[in-house]
Amino acid sequence: MEKTWNNKAWFMVLPVLLLVAFSAVIPLMTVVNYSVQDTFGNNQFFWAGTEWFEEILHSERFHAALGRNLVFSFIILAIEVPLGIVIALNMPRKGWGVPVCLVLMALPLLIPWNVVGTIWQVFGRVDIGLLGYTLAKLGINYNYVQNPMHAWFTVIIMDIWHWTSLVVLLCYAGLVSIPDAFYQAAKIDGASRWAVFRYIQLPKMNRVLLIAVLLRFMDSFMIYTEPFVVTGGGPGNSTTFLSIDLVKVAVGQFDLGPAAAMSIIYFLIILLLSWVFYTIMTNYDAER
Amino acid sequence: MSVRQETLARTSERPEAEQRQIDKALARKMRKRGDESKFWWLIPTLYIIFLMLPIYWLINMSFKTNQEILGAFSLWPKSPTLHNYAVIFTDPSWYKGYINSIIYVVMNTVISVLVALPAAYAFSRYRFLGDKHLFFWLLTNRMAPPAVFALPFFQLYSAFGLIDTHIAVALAHCLFNVPLAVWILEGFMSGVPKEIDETAYIDGYSFPRFFVKIFVPLIASGIGVAAFFCFMFSWVELLIARTLTTTAAKPIAAIMTRTVSASGLDWGVLAAAGVLTIIPGAIVIYFVRNYIAKGFALGRV
Repeated sequence: MEKTWNNKAWFMVLPVLLLVAFSAVIPLMTVVNYSVQDTFGNNQFFWAGTEWFEEILHSERFHAALGRNLVFSFIILAIEVPLGIVIALNMPRKGWGVPVCLVLMALPLLIPWNVVGTIWQVFGRVDIGLLGYTLAKLGINYNYVQNPMHAWFTVIIMDIWHWTSLVVLLCYAGLVSIPDAFYQAAKIDGASRWAVFRYIQLPKMNRVLLIAVLLRFMDSFMIYTEPFVVTGGGPGNSTTFLSIDLVKVAVGQFDLGPAAAMSIIYFLIILLLSWVFYTIMTNYDAER
Repeated sequence: MSVRQETLARTSERPEAEQRQIDKALARKMRKRGDESKFWWLIPTLYIIFLMLPIYWLINMSFKTNQEILGAFSLWPKSPTLHNYAVIFTDPSWYKGYINSIIYVVMNTVISVLVALPAAYAFSRYRFLGDKHLFFWLLTNRMAPPAVFALPFFQLYSAFGLIDTHIAVALAHCLFNVPLAVWILEGFMSGVPKEIDETAYIDGYSFPRFFVKIFVPLIASGIGVAAFFCFMFSWVELLIARTLTTTAAKPIAAIMTRTVSASGLDWGVLAAAGVLTIIPGAIVIYFVRNYIAKGFALGRV
């Protein structure tokens, strides 16, 4: 759409600016402030320069949490994206099946995150949960509270349960926008099922898939509530992702300096990813 | 499909109407996953069963007594009881949690949408100094991890004496909900042709009158979707809401986590509380079903 140049539009944006500045810029300045200072209590602060940043960047604990978070994000992307595509391709396009599928599939997306955690915490318990009970009956010594592998399995399957529908719904939105004529042409050319997918459906899903991957990556990168409720970051530190670690340092130990430095590094990573997201979105909008 | 393969081929001899019929049949056939797979419905069905099982288990538990949950393992409640729900609806420390949650969520939704409406209009209609940077900056707030903000929020709202009030949580949630509302509304508003605005101005409408009388009704569904997503994201958030409240404004989510860690005993009540938090989403989901993808993708589908 052709947009007219009008700087008075600033007045319409002003309320948003003030509100978000209050709830984002001021807290962020506090964080920056803490990240370069040291304190021994009593509200006395000393200049610490880049000390905390160096400490965090060299700390094994931070590396471990970051590594765990990256591994987690890649595992869930590797499972959720192909699974989401397959399900979206097989969803009905007409009739009563469409609303039924959409409503039932979207349901996990709208459940409060801590309830998602609670559901899986209960579901995985050997004594009272269906999943844990079944696995135990199958002879597997399943215990997500003590076995790190089982904790990871639970957290990953929970995330698949929670978020695959987002990929499905986005891909489905891309698929229904393909005109019938495309399929007719493919039929006349005698295109195989794979060719139809590769040359018609996949290109049409390109953009929604990118959005899905980016959203899933970012949301899994700041995951907190669900693993916190299920495993509390344990056993040991095995499911302590970045957010959980950060809250432990900031609220648990009240180490303001390191927590603030960690926040800033964390935030810069997110900023970079947001920029990628934004560039892709605006490039597409320019084509539209 | 009763129409056979050969009859679907395109030939020039057939009359136009008949050909159109065949084209339609062809398209329908293609839409239904190729010629061979008769079991396409199996995959969505299995997936939905996978999604529903844990939810069913929660509902199942909410109708059992604690003895039954911890005692005999059963796939459905043997003697269904409403006791767990009765506990929640009679104990103020439980049902107050729901009231608190609803109060701050509604406050947040109203603030977010009202503030986002003019801004989204500006972004969708005008170019102005720094507009792209501003739009990007909003996005970074949506993507910002709440964990980064938990502690500074606590100190900021302490300084204003707002800790443990509903408005504190409502304002804090604006961090991610205002950008969300702006992006979703901008997506919807860009779909409305600009000629409508111009025609209205020529007809002598002032801007506020045009905005309220003509433009808002046109994007009513967009406002509904934005409000729904603000409601949802504020409703599901736990970390910030828990940090900013102690007793008077404590949300249901925080009350639930406390019960888990403290006693670990009252599974039935916990399950019932969980079921009750799912209900708001379950009620409205049918109305927003076609916009869910758009909402989660920030209005960009």
